Amino acid sequence: MSQLAKPTERTATETKARPSTFAVPRATIREEKESYLLELEMPGVRKDGLEITVENNELTVIGRRSDSELKGEAVYRESRPLDYRRVFDLDPSIDVGKISAKMDQGIVTLTLPKAESVKPRKIVVGD
Amino acid sequence: MRNLFIEEAAKIMNIIRYQDPELSAWSSFDRLSQLREEMNRLLDGSLAGYAGSAGLFSGWTPALDITQDKDNVFVKVELPGLKKEDIDISLHDGMLTIAGERKQEKKVGEGETFREERYFGRFHRTVTLPTQVDAGKVKASYRDGILEIELPKAEEAKPKQIEVNVS
Repeated sequence: MSQLAKPTERTATETKARPSTFAVPRATIREEKESYLLELEMPGVRKDGLEITVENNELTVIGRRSDSELKGEAVYRESRPLDYRRVFDLDPSIDVGKISAKMDQGIVTLTLPKAESVKPRKIVVGD
Repeated sequence: MRNLFIEEAAKIMNIIRYQDPELSAWSSFDRLSQLREEMNRLLDGSLAGYAGSAGLFSGWTPALDITQDKDNVFVKVELPGLKKEDIDISLHDGMLTIAGERKQEKKVGEGETFREERYFGRFHRTVTLPTQVDAGKVKASYRDGILEIELPKAEEAKPKQIEVNVS
């Protein structure tokens, strides 16, 4: 696993420095043959509450909750009525133009395809 | 895995006691009921079932909220990435149990995971409801990774206004 060839998360201090009230969603990062797969847990966020931006090889995923208001009065509460935000540094090998995302039951799945040049290539040996 | 939430949030939430729900193996709220269950299972002698179940220190604990209005009790659980059929809800003796499993869709041998913060496997939560509910009218929905259960209060548990005629 090469250190460079993956989306790396910003350090905690960088994220904490800005005074905001975002929750950091839990993430899974996987490397597949042709792409990286990034999954983020954002319960309470609908498709239209997602803001995904790439700027200067920096991927920002924001999820705005659509379920913040409580029904009735709270008896007991563990959830936090916070929107989600997380920033990842993208490796230059990622084809930024081809990033795609889907949302299903509170999970955002981003597919970050590797640029053609870094994909493993099979070389056929001629006779 | 600590401090996944930004600190400022803690200040806002001070009004209502907060524990990082997924970090505490069992929050104090459902500790008693869970403990009781564990004890029952031990006493039943079904040790096989005990070992494999969501025991005291295994599994994950999704965040759970309980709210109520005049007519209903609402229970909301954050369960991102589950399948509807993998969630079990049961009501027994004024205690609501939500259990289930988050299955990992893993293609073995393909790719490499280099960051994993998500929890997989079984979860189990039991809470005591604040009032009696009408078990026959309980409704549940699951969307955007949120399970919402609506439990209509039993007639005898609803606040009643008593008119007093002063003569």
